[in-house]
Amino acid sequence: MTVITPPETATLAAAAAAPSTAFWRSRGFPLIPMAILLFIAFVAVFADVLAPHDPQIGSLARRFRPPVWQEGGSWAYLLGTDHVGRDVLSRLIFGARVSMIVGVTAVLVAGVIGTLLGILSGYLGGWADQVVMRVTDTWLALPALTFAIFLAAIVGPSELNIILILGLVYWTRYARVIRGEVLSLKQREFVRLAIVAGCSKRIIMWRHILPNVINSAIVLATLMLGVVIVTEASLSFLGVGVPPPKPAWGLMMADGKKGLMVGYWWLTVFPGICIMLMVLSANLLGDWLRVKLDPQLRQL
Amino acid sequence: MKQYIIRRAGYSLLSLFLLSLTIFLFVRVTGDPTALLTEPGASVDDIEAMRHQFGLDQPLWVQYWHFIASFLTGDLGQSFYYRTPVLDLYFQRLPNSLLLAVVAMGLSLLIGIPSGILAAVRVDRFWDSAGKIFALLGLSLPQFWVGLVLILVFSVYLGWLPSSGSGTFLHLLMPAFTLGWYFAAAHMRMTRSSMLEVLGSEYVKLARLKGLPESLVIGKHALKNALIPVVTLAGINLVVMINVAVVVETVFAWPGIGRLLYEGVTFRDFPVVQAVVVIGGSMIIMVNFLVDILYALIDPRIRLES
Repeated sequence: MTVITPPETATLAAAAAAPSTAFWRSRGFPLIPMAILLFIAFVAVFADVLAPHDPQIGSLARRFRPPVWQEGGSWAYLLGTDHVGRDVLSRLIFGARVSMIVGVTAVLVAGVIGTLLGILSGYLGGWADQVVMRVTDTWLALPALTFAIFLAAIVGPSELNIILILGLVYWTRYARVIRGEVLSLKQREFVRLAIVAGCSKRIIMWRHILPNVINSAIVLATLMLGVVIVTEASLSFLGVGVPPPKPAWGLMMADGKKGLMVGYWWLTVFPGICIMLMVLSANLLGDWLRVKLDPQLRQL
Repeated sequence: MKQYIIRRAGYSLLSLFLLSLTIFLFVRVTGDPTALLTEPGASVDDIEAMRHQFGLDQPLWVQYWHFIASFLTGDLGQSFYYRTPVLDLYFQRLPNSLLLAVVAMGLSLLIGIPSGILAAVRVDRFWDSAGKIFALLGLSLPQFWVGLVLILVFSVYLGWLPSSGSGTFLHLLMPAFTLGWYFAAAHMRMTRSSMLEVLGSEYVKLARLKGLPESLVIGKHALKNALIPVVTLAGINLVVMINVAVVVETVFAWPGIGRLLYEGVTFRDFPVVQAVVVIGGSMIIMVNFLVDILYALIDPRIRLES
């Protein structure tokens, strides 16, 4: 009798045997998006060294310089200068730091709250479940951006507040999915055995349930990164995000909007390209991870 | 059926209650409500008077009762900036938002449904991937960037369309496309998956066995049933669109509800901000309720299951 291994299991086993090579070499790995995200992270970390000028101080004597390849541009200001003479390239470089910090931290905040509440709600059931799920349903009904604007209007904009606001707005997405997973995990043999063995609820949730939902949480986090960055940029664009003169990409576009009609296109186009590249990369990576790590989520 | 409707109605009422509680608590607990509810620059005496007038010196549950009672009677407060009741302002802007949402929905379905069908019929082929990329772009590109690039191309360089404002049909095109593209992705995915499901069903197989031409099988037999979930989603999204167009309306200076929210935030006109959030959330909760009921009416499995 021959044992036929399903192809899916075979690749998974191979990946487990040699994770370092098989993982990266597997078919369809989004190399370019990964490279873009790593590059943005690199730029964010070394912004102080990379930026040719101070991102917050400009000189009115050199306002609205076009990029170097246009007439009037100079090599000192590769991508031109803005309405108060600040170097656009330097602001983009420091803006990467703002986007990375706000994006990644907000996703983590939302992920931790959502995953924990999802596990509690799914495993404990009863009243805890009812309360968490009703709040989740209600908050999901509020359009995310509108809700974020409302919160920003109350607490006032600052980098920390934006992170907390985004965390508060987006944890519900995790809670919904994680709870569903926990409900099915609860019926599985190993959890029942753990109960029989006398494990406390806390131990079961922490040691047996959490490790099994962490993959889904990671996939969701990658997919949420794009959403969160767009929301952050939108808040900045509307003037309730990261406060000026900090260089945030959304803020740069809001400032640049006034110059658009008279042809200062570089003020809006460059930050827009940065946001687009980052969000698109995060989404492509997330889509790939979803298929790779979590076949159950494929249907979503 | 009656039981199902009652339970759904109960859930929706609970959601509305939680929504009001959320809004109420965030305003009272996370900061000084007098700073939000009184006009910027009010004197200390005025603030004290306001504190008393709004009942902020009373226990929380009394305050909450007043909050709910005034909402239920349609009193959402006065706008600081416009000096008129907030509800009047809201209804002034609603037709504009509705117009924008309807046109945007039209465009979005015009893009989403054909590309979804194409993707389902040609799974993993060129049109499927092209559709996926187009949908992903719609979701990934920030709306304000799409809007600004459209303005740059069609208003600044080509001079074909007005960059902002309202009044003619031409004013509508760019904002509606920007808003519609974002939602086209969802409609495309829904059409694709629902179409795939229907194409695998028995009656489609029968239609094929009868020897009907493929165009008739897909265009007539499959499409009719595949569109039901898409139309439902479109119905929900129409309401969502009215309430999430804040970025689009700000970019194109379209005088709708989103623009009202933006003005509320910039002029620190808190009653306006609060009203837009509360009404928007309530609208969406109610639409979800209606859709649940509608589904149960159409599909007995749903109402019998629970």
